[in-house]
Amino acid sequence: MGLSLKARADSLASPAEQLRILSTPNGFPSFEERMRAASLFPLAATGVTVFQINVGKLCNQTCAHCHVDAGPDRKEIMTRETAELCIRALAATDILTVDITGGAPELNPNFRWLVEQARALGRHVMDRSNLTVLLLPAQDDLAEFLARHQVEIIASLPYYRAAQTDAQRGVGVFDKSIEALRKLNALGYGHDGSGLQLNLIYNPVGAFLPPKQEAIEAQFKKELARQHGIVFNRLYTITNMPISRFLEFLLATRNYEGYMERLANAFNPVAAAGVMCRYTLSVGWDGTLYDCDFNQMLDLPTGFGAPRHVRDFDAGTLHRRRIVTGNHCYGCAAGAGSSCGGSTA
Amino acid sequence: MDGYYHSSDLPRFADIGKGNKELWEKFSAYYAAVFAEGALTEREKALVALGVAHAVQCPYCIDAYTQACLEKGSNIEEMTEAVHVACAIRGGASLVHGLQMRNVAEKLSM
Repeated sequence: MGLSLKARADSLASPAEQLRILSTPNGFPSFEERMRAASLFPLAATGVTVFQINVGKLCNQTCAHCHVDAGPDRKEIMTRETAELCIRALAATDILTVDITGGAPELNPNFRWLVEQARALGRHVMDRSNLTVLLLPAQDDLAEFLARHQVEIIASLPYYRAAQTDAQRGVGVFDKSIEALRKLNALGYGHDGSGLQLNLIYNPVGAFLPPKQEAIEAQFKKELARQHGIVFNRLYTITNMPISRFLEFLLATRNYEGYMERLANAFNPVAAAGVMCRYTLSVGWDGTLYDCDFNQMLDLPTGFGAPRHVRDFDAGTLHRRRIVTGNHCYGCAAGAGSSCGGSTA
Repeated sequence: MDGYYHSSDLPRFADIGKGNKELWEKFSAYYAAVFAEGALTEREKALVALGVAHAVQCPYCIDAYTQACLEKGSNIEEMTEAVHVACAIRGGASLVHGLQMRNVAEKLSM
């Protein structure tokens, strides 16, 4: 298993270095210019309906495209004190959805407490799972815990074949993911009428855009059922963001300029108007607030006078805040659009 | 001119319309209609196009439809099979002309 950029002391571990590369002109207009031309600048939130909590960078995998630079060597995780601040903020709002992510969020010792508290508040809880975490000996009751609390599982599976999945997520990950999916299916996850939602995330295994969501979902359903007898509810496509380890891949393979040009040429004003930062608030492991998980990894906290820490959470201000944008945002506005909930246009 | 093929020409394909806008627009509309979802899916059409691109040995088409196939969700195994289909048809087309060779040879020979 590989090391994170941080553990390798790679210059790309620095958000400032990533932003320097992203802001260097490449012969296409900046994201801000494109948004201005589409009458979408400055971009403002439309009201927070998703409270996304990134509980830390610790993960049992080191995926080649990870925008978090997560891995077993990352120790930054959310404390109980910060988790309590998140629950306090949630309790003061009517935000319906709590989206828990990481790293592998389940490895945070406060994960289950967070789920229980959010469910007790009557909120819908989503767990962004890498699937293999469900097979760890220390997590052998995790799937049952998630089912008991009716947590929606958003599981990463970039392709329905081992070669592509393992190339992105590590050798052997595909087989383990299939085993984990079978475990979830056995609990009722993914079956219509069970109330247990199992949704998959597709992201391209390389420097290209995702297919149409409906088309690739149909393909996944057919192939996973045919080859493995697995069922799931929805598949969401996510475009790889040109940051962190995916940026490292782009630069190392000399795909960076072509990929950025591809994103910029595919700019879609409809997708840009529907970007997730307009309805999402992202909380970092240390309680810092961001407009999205990608801004979080680029160390771009909420700006323009909005609160910057969950202890200062103020729904009124955050619901209508101005969004911090940069050239990486082309990733969410290209083609059919991209968000944590899939395509947007 | 340092060569006949330049990858930078591919994004400039529409420049051909500067010589005859009407024909270019008709071609573009026809092209878009051909590749739209129909009895075949967009993914299947991209695989057909990839095979044809190899049959006609167009480097621009190979570049464009390799990317298109990946962006339609195809994998390298499917794409390789499409190239082999093109290869088999090209090879078969040569080989089947061997019957002409045989016909001529049989006519001339004792």
